[in-house]
Amino acid sequence: MRYARFQIPFVLLALLLTAVCVLVGPHGFSWPDTTTPMGRAIFQLRLYRVAAGFIVGGGLACSGAVLQALLRNPLAEPYILGISGGGALGAAVVIVSGLAAVHVGAVPAGAFVVALATLALVYALASQGGTTSVYGLILSGVVVSSMLSSLLMLLLSLSDIQGLHTIIWWMLGNLQASSGVMLLACGGCVMVSFAIVWLFSRELNALTLGRDMAHHLGVRTERVVALALAAATLAAAASVALAGMIGFVGLIVPHAMRQMIGADHRRLLPMCLIAGGVFLVVCDTVARVVLAPVELPVGVITALTGGPFFLVLLRRRKQTWVG
Amino acid sequence: MSEKTTTPINAQPAVEVQNLATGYHGRMVLENLSLVIREGEMTALLGPNGTGKSTLLHAMTGQHRALSGSVKLFGRDVRELPAAERARLVSMVPQQIEAPMAFTVAEMVMMGRTAALNRWQAPSADDWRIVEQAMTYTDVLGLRDRIFQEMSGGERQRVVIALALAAEPRLILLDEPTAHLDMNHRLEVLELIARLNREKNVAIVMVAHDLNLAAEFFPRLILMDHGRIAADGPPETVLQPQTIEAIYHCHVDIHRDPDCGALRVFPRRTK
Repeated sequence: MRYARFQIPFVLLALLLTAVCVLVGPHGFSWPDTTTPMGRAIFQLRLYRVAAGFIVGGGLACSGAVLQALLRNPLAEPYILGISGGGALGAAVVIVSGLAAVHVGAVPAGAFVVALATLALVYALASQGGTTSVYGLILSGVVVSSMLSSLLMLLLSLSDIQGLHTIIWWMLGNLQASSGVMLLACGGCVMVSFAIVWLFSRELNALTLGRDMAHHLGVRTERVVALALAAATLAAAASVALAGMIGFVGLIVPHAMRQMIGADHRRLLPMCLIAGGVFLVVCDTVARVVLAPVELPVGVITALTGGPFFLVLLRRRKQTWVG
Repeated sequence: MSEKTTTPINAQPAVEVQNLATGYHGRMVLENLSLVIREGEMTALLGPNGTGKSTLLHAMTGQHRALSGSVKLFGRDVRELPAAERARLVSMVPQQIEAPMAFTVAEMVMMGRTAALNRWQAPSADDWRIVEQAMTYTDVLGLRDRIFQEMSGGERQRVVIALALAAEPRLILLDEPTAHLDMNHRLEVLELIARLNREKNVAIVMVAHDLNLAAEFFPRLILMDHGRIAADGPPETVLQPQTIEAIYHCHVDIHRDPDCGALRVFPRRTK
């Protein structure tokens, strides 16, 4: 087997890195003092944060891998079909309308619902005329996405300075989960969608050869595409609801993993879940430590560290887009 | 040619097309077309561009819906045949496969078993044995860890035929599998297909453009024109100058090759 040797060391390394990130604080590497209430609270905050990073990073990476396969497009990522635009608009509406003050779960719920509704709209637009083509999906995704962004702009221009600030901060992305319940709900969504797409790994493999070939290989293409799209959207929407918009993870982690362990989704998807999670946890640790006590937006770190790494991978393989 | 097998007349039908009509967006491509392909038979579909050869092939796998009439695969209506069962009876080899992701040859061939595999389990030892046999048969076993998309056209087409074989089908449909190949690889692929038919008794239906290769390798030719069957039979009856000239609108000379005995069709320039 061409790739088998990577997997076990990789998982061990991932566990080690995650453990290190729990122990790193603004004052260096230390074991938190769990005897004091303060120490316990800090430890819990860090654990929540690492858990949120894992859920969001893993969810976005899997979602990106699935969308790249379904759309056969190297630039596909979880936000390509307007999920981010929908999520941002949903969150902004909740913030501007004042519902955000009613319950801490209101903003994530708004983001989640509108993100899912956006995909439903994009899918419905793309399916007119019977079959859902890749181009139909991408085109209606782009159009719906830009319409949602302009609605968001409208809201931003109408809102007061407080609302503006909250919306911008929400969009920058933040892994500080509001509650354990949020973590469980979003983590549950990501695990359910991961389980679905992993069980359909073979169909995803076949679909990378195109709809026609997948049909000949016995895949019920329309159903599988709809199901996988729904699952990928569920994971992305849960991530957006939990942490706002964090870019780049969903684009580069799948590419990096394909380069390392190959394109077979049966191996690729679990690796994306783990690698995406660890990548985001590490980036977030960097974001909260480098300029402590000021926290950087984690999206800045993902793009700044992921970008160059991705360019190196691109140089290594030219013929196939994915490594 | 001595290699050609003549299909037993009493073999069971693999494909039965009855009064098939189908088309795209209101334009009819096939009208009232009927034909029977028997198990173990080797048939080439010929005809000018746009006569519905590929449409007929796609109708045979249920990908293209019949507006009227019916297609039966091994006695069962293709519309009622579950996708996974159909894929285990019929494989398709397209003109070329674009695999944008870096799948290895072994992974590609394993995709041929998509319909046979259980979603809750990894491929079994049996599945790997079947995949390895398919790779051995098309002589790509040595390339098993190479990246499919980085290989030459001829090698890729041998991998795709191994993929088709890995489903252990009773019928293989091929849609101009040699269109993008050099003449040496064309010959290689056709010899492979003929050997498959001879040794494994798999029925073959291949859309072909090259009348000469078709005449040399296929005991039965079906010549299509404007969505109808214009001629059907052995090369000697189908490749008549007046038939070819009427369909292709050009003058031809048809000779028998003195060495191998196959018919050769040469277009003649009009002065």
